[in-house]
Amino acid sequence: MGSVIERKCGVAVVGAGPAGIAAAVSAAESGADVVLFDDNPAAGGQIWRGGAKASHHPEAALWLARLSNSSVTLFGGSRVFHADGGLLQAESDDSLYHFRFRSLILASGARELFLPFPGWTLPNVVGAGGLQALVKSGLSISGKRVVVAGTGPLLLAVAAYLSERGASVLCICEQASIWRLGAFALATVVFPEKLLEAARLRFAAGRARYLTNAWPVAALGRECLQAVRISQNGCIREVECDYLACGFHLVPNLELARALNCRIHGGFVAVDHLQQTTCPGVFCAGEPTGIGGMELSIVEGQIAGYAATQREEAAKRLFASRARYKKIVPAMREAFQLRAELADLAKPETLLCRCEDVSLARVRNHHSWRAAKLHTRCGMGPCQGRVCGAAVEFLFGWAVESSRPPVFPVTCSSLANVFRPEDGE
Amino acid sequence: MPESVVVRVNGNPVTVPAGSTVAVAVLLSAGVCRTSTSGEPRGPLCGMGICFECRVEIDGRAHRRSCQIVCQPNMEISTRG
Repeated sequence: MGSVIERKCGVAVVGAGPAGIAAAVSAAESGADVVLFDDNPAAGGQIWRGGAKASHHPEAALWLARLSNSSVTLFGGSRVFHADGGLLQAESDDSLYHFRFRSLILASGARELFLPFPGWTLPNVVGAGGLQALVKSGLSISGKRVVVAGTGPLLLAVAAYLSERGASVLCICEQASIWRLGAFALATVVFPEKLLEAARLRFAAGRARYLTNAWPVAALGRECLQAVRISQNGCIREVECDYLACGFHLVPNLELARALNCRIHGGFVAVDHLQQTTCPGVFCAGEPTGIGGMELSIVEGQIAGYAATQREEAAKRLFASRARYKKIVPAMREAFQLRAELADLAKPETLLCRCEDVSLARVRNHHSWRAAKLHTRCGMGPCQGRVCGAAVEFLFGWAVESSRPPVFPVTCSSLANVFRPEDGE
Repeated sequence: MPESVVVRVNGNPVTVPAGSTVAVAVLLSAGVCRTSTSGEPRGPLCGMGICFECRVEIDGRAHRRSCQIVCQPNMEISTRG
């Protein structure tokens, strides 16, 4: 660990995806001194990873340009591991950051939900968004056979993206029924731009078959993935492939909000009309307040950015737009609700915790997440339960509530610096 | 800016497009990032820095998430840590 960098700022934003960029730019344009942190090397989050060139969304070019033309200071490759008492702490490869802020905006985004099934730990079984991220990061997918599986609108977007880059997408397995998807399409009629986008993606996905009522029951292979066993409408078949890109929609990244004791309601950060959490001066925007997609994230980010800089009038002008995009949240939740069968895919010996290699059988013996952690080390590895914690919420209905700093693994020297005597700690 | 970068994975040179992450170099060569506590081979899962499955050793520093780090010329990457 190198230097400790200390400074004061007006607004600190955590996460440089659509919500964080919109929040940072809006706060900076209101005259605030704004810092923006992201774990990834570059701004854009997951959806705009790879910059404007890699994205079909015109918003990507617009907002990334606004960000680079703004006075926002971006700290890429920097993990925020705590932000309490007006002090944000982050770590990069060579520095430790101690920033005193007046307002904090959490735009920590969402991650994919991964569910255990036999073979899910094999190399080349990756997330749906996970494979897309790897391809955006330079992985050549040309000529590879890919099965895309799981649930959510991301599956079609991933299949289209991979097809456009030369992958042979064999099929898209959506666990939801055709009826639920139909209801979702009806609910999105008020968003013609989203329906057009879905049509474009379906066309771009080429010959990939879109299967409903379909999900992976096992990934097969010895040292590496060779085939996927799929269940569709009660029939089982095997498909040989090079990659299984599988994600069961999104779960919000709540670790920092939880560590700050922001109220969480129904699995999401509770916010008021100005995107303020129950912690005064701490705002939240984007997927942590409800999975609603990029457009909603941008408008929530703008509102948070204006509210954090006392520009309530500017924030209020965006309320109607936010209300419009909010309608997608319940429609999406309803359409891509997970079917009960998915909780029965893992066998007793299937690993549930991938960090500590703890099997489903060992975890299931306990009555709560806390007991399972204490007795089996489930969720105690470097991912801090980000993967298996979300899975047990679905599998066993357990509440995974606690989050303590540091919310990311950090070096000992970063931890040691947290408790320096001059801070009065 | 050069169009490609050469790094070494377990001592073997690997050429990747400039801007590629270390995970890409590892998938092109070793194919596996790490061995799990019970001895299973593991590769990247989430691709976005949350699952820690893609950990490798880079230039002597252990437990680096290869999906979050961009390849630099002559990086020494090891999947045997």
